[in-house]
Amino acid sequence: MTALFNTEWPWYLAGPLIGLFVPALLLAGNKVFGISGNLRHLCSAIIPGKVEFFRYDWKGAGLWNLVFLVGVLIGGFLASHIGTPHAIAISAETRASLSGLGIHDFSSVAPRELFTWHALLTLRGFISVVVGGFLVGFGTAYAAGCTSGHAISGLANLELPSLIAVLGFFAGGLAATYFILPFVIGSL
Amino acid sequence: MTQTSLPELVGCGVVSGDQPKVHTAFLPVYLLLGIAFGIVLTRSEVLSWFRIQEMFRFQSFRMYGIIGSAVVTAAVSLVLIKRTGLKSATGEPIAIPARPLGRGIQYAIGGTIFGLGWAFTGACPGPLFALIGNGVTVMIVAVVSALAGTWAYGWLRPRLPY
Repeated sequence: MTALFNTEWPWYLAGPLIGLFVPALLLAGNKVFGISGNLRHLCSAIIPGKVEFFRYDWKGAGLWNLVFLVGVLIGGFLASHIGTPHAIAISAETRASLSGLGIHDFSSVAPRELFTWHALLTLRGFISVVVGGFLVGFGTAYAAGCTSGHAISGLANLELPSLIAVLGFFAGGLAATYFILPFVIGSL
Repeated sequence: MTQTSLPELVGCGVVSGDQPKVHTAFLPVYLLLGIAFGIVLTRSEVLSWFRIQEMFRFQSFRMYGIIGSAVVTAAVSLVLIKRTGLKSATGEPIAIPARPLGRGIQYAIGGTIFGLGWAFTGACPGPLFALIGNGVTVMIVAVVSALAGTWAYGWLRPRLPY
């Protein structure tokens, strides 16, 4: 059992497990698997203002999902405390590419050069966390879904909007990886 | 100003129109499923900025294998649920509300904006929260910023193309 927590799970175990959350949530309460709706629910619960988009019954629509999200946080805590901590075993090519940009600490799940409270005070850390977070929130709300809602639930349901959204995810991700991040991480 | 001409946000847990009754008795079930999802996100390493970079640089099959097999598993499950006509534990017939296509602009542009953020943070919304649990507490700032982004969208919504 604990052996499962000493190394990363293979893709053919992790993928189907993630896919099973779609039928699990449907069978539990006819709920559609998708995380980003929670950002809207949280806005609606905390600061709806006079914005039409946030004026709805967030408890009726999203309390189940917010509870699910609290679980995700707890699950992340539990999983990181079981088994032996280890570096992410990324490919040698990726390691070389990132070293070229000035990323040298491969010991955590996210590079410490960008994702610590101290790094937040650097321009590249600020852009990665604050600008990146803003784009995640704006983009998922505009596209009405994220990786879970579109790439998993939507594609599995053969929805054209989700296919367009996923192509957009990769267009943005590739543009950032090849044109923006080399400048942000390498030069700032 | 009327908002009815704009497509409603469906999916991602947001259902337009009549809201279903809150089944509070089922909330522990969602909590347990969420915990399981947080564990899977962590042990599969899909919450890692490094894995996302590896994916966008096409330097490993891993993330494509994970997303691909997740979609196939979910799709097969949906077919089986439809064929058998299973109902949810709450007694509702199972249905995924289809998103309106419109001109598709919101999905193309919104998707691209999210893709930029995905590469910047190395995390989509689920992993952002799982990372906080993993001890990358600076992601609390990313979540607050994501809430600001969602709020900005809500405010700009009537002026955006769909």
